[in-house]
Amino acid sequence: MRTPSTTQSRSAPETGVLRAQQLYCERDDRVLFAGLDFALQPGELLQVKGSNGSGKTTLLRIICGLNDNFEGALFWQQQPLPEVREEFLASLLYIGHKVGVNKVLSPRENLRWSTSLQAGTRTLGIEEALALTGLAGYEDVPCHNLSAGQQQRVSLARLHLSQACLWVLDEPFTTLDVHGVAALEALLDEHVRAGGMALVTTHHRLQLACSIRELNLDTASTQGEVV
Amino acid sequence: MRSGAGQAPPVSTLNAFRATLKRDLLIALKRRNDMLNPIMFFLIVVALFPLGISPDPQVLSPISAGAVWVSALLASMLSLDNLYRADYEDGSLEQLLLCSQPLYFLVLAKNLAHWLVSGLPVVLISPILAYMLYLPAEAYPVLMLSLLLGTPILSLFGSIGVALTVGLGSRGLILAVIVLPLSTPVLIIGAKAVTDAMLGLPVGSHLAMLGAVLALSLSLAPMASAAALKISVQ
Repeated sequence: MRTPSTTQSRSAPETGVLRAQQLYCERDDRVLFAGLDFALQPGELLQVKGSNGSGKTTLLRIICGLNDNFEGALFWQQQPLPEVREEFLASLLYIGHKVGVNKVLSPRENLRWSTSLQAGTRTLGIEEALALTGLAGYEDVPCHNLSAGQQQRVSLARLHLSQACLWVLDEPFTTLDVHGVAALEALLDEHVRAGGMALVTTHHRLQLACSIRELNLDTASTQGEVV
Repeated sequence: MRSGAGQAPPVSTLNAFRATLKRDLLIALKRRNDMLNPIMFFLIVVALFPLGISPDPQVLSPISAGAVWVSALLASMLSLDNLYRADYEDGSLEQLLLCSQPLYFLVLAKNLAHWLVSGLPVVLISPILAYMLYLPAEAYPVLMLSLLLGTPILSLFGSIGVALTVGLGSRGLILAVIVLPLSTPVLIIGAKAVTDAMLGLPVGSHLAMLGAVLALSLSLAPMASAAALKISVQ
């Protein structure tokens, strides 16, 4: 099923390509989007825009495979995504609305678990990653004692630890302060310039040096109503 | 910095399994109340039998096997909710589903952790409770052995029910409605094994049956749980 070329260059960001073809999704008899086509090349950031309820989160979850209530096709490195799902997941890092941080555990324990699930060779230690996200000194504090923004930072520390070439981030800026926003923007910029890919939903005006492509679901869904 | 091409990823299925097991045990350790609840419940329910029925050994002894088994089943039901609820609410479940390792092993790790925290203590304290209910001494090994084989099955079957219902807002009795019919054969065989041991009858076939159900549920139940979890996060 997998060709030798894709196996060899698996975690190398340069080769990963995500493509969506004619995506259609409806919820409660309402068409969220229809005929949605987009492709993501290495070194690109795609910002998914749209009003509340336009299906941004749904789209991200469909791409990650957390929602299969859709029609259309997804491709990863020119192959149908369901067939290469394992390789796709190995190159994917998803941070959703629910950040995936256990409240009883400390940031260190949370990250130890998430990194054990995520593929890739770590160049940084967990402590360094936490320090980079501004959580130095909080490594061993139970997460229920941290603020929402700090919990968000715990999950964002995974970006430092992961080798994944595709980042799928759902509203990563919501609870961050000014410094956090700047740090995350810098991180996104660095990732994309190094040949990584990012799919981000945010209402925040991204200030990045790298090029940003936009996908507006509001216009996509008006097309959908014609169907 | 993030290229990493050519380096072997240190993640293996065994690593992910171990990390998940360790994490769940750590959570259980930090939430001692949740961990102690089922065991306390088990103790209290068994202690109610002499009070409610009769403290007379003649009356208690014949029902002791069934009483311990029913209490173990109820205690297992009580602890099931902890299995995926917190992970569902904080998003860890999505991270689990997006792991590139087979979900089967991750679910198995969670079920194993659940059993170690809720099932194993029940097995270990069962002789004390059996003593309270005047279970004949010759049936003790069979009681412990049947619980040792049976409680993991209860965790594995229960996990399917919790995985199916974790996304529902108000679950109420639905978990019991799903899980209890699956669990009753285990209860019947387990209690029967102990009763037969009390009567001095051979129990090999009952224990073999429990072992067979355990083998079956070990290989199939985590798959069902994994599939149910995928539906629940939709």
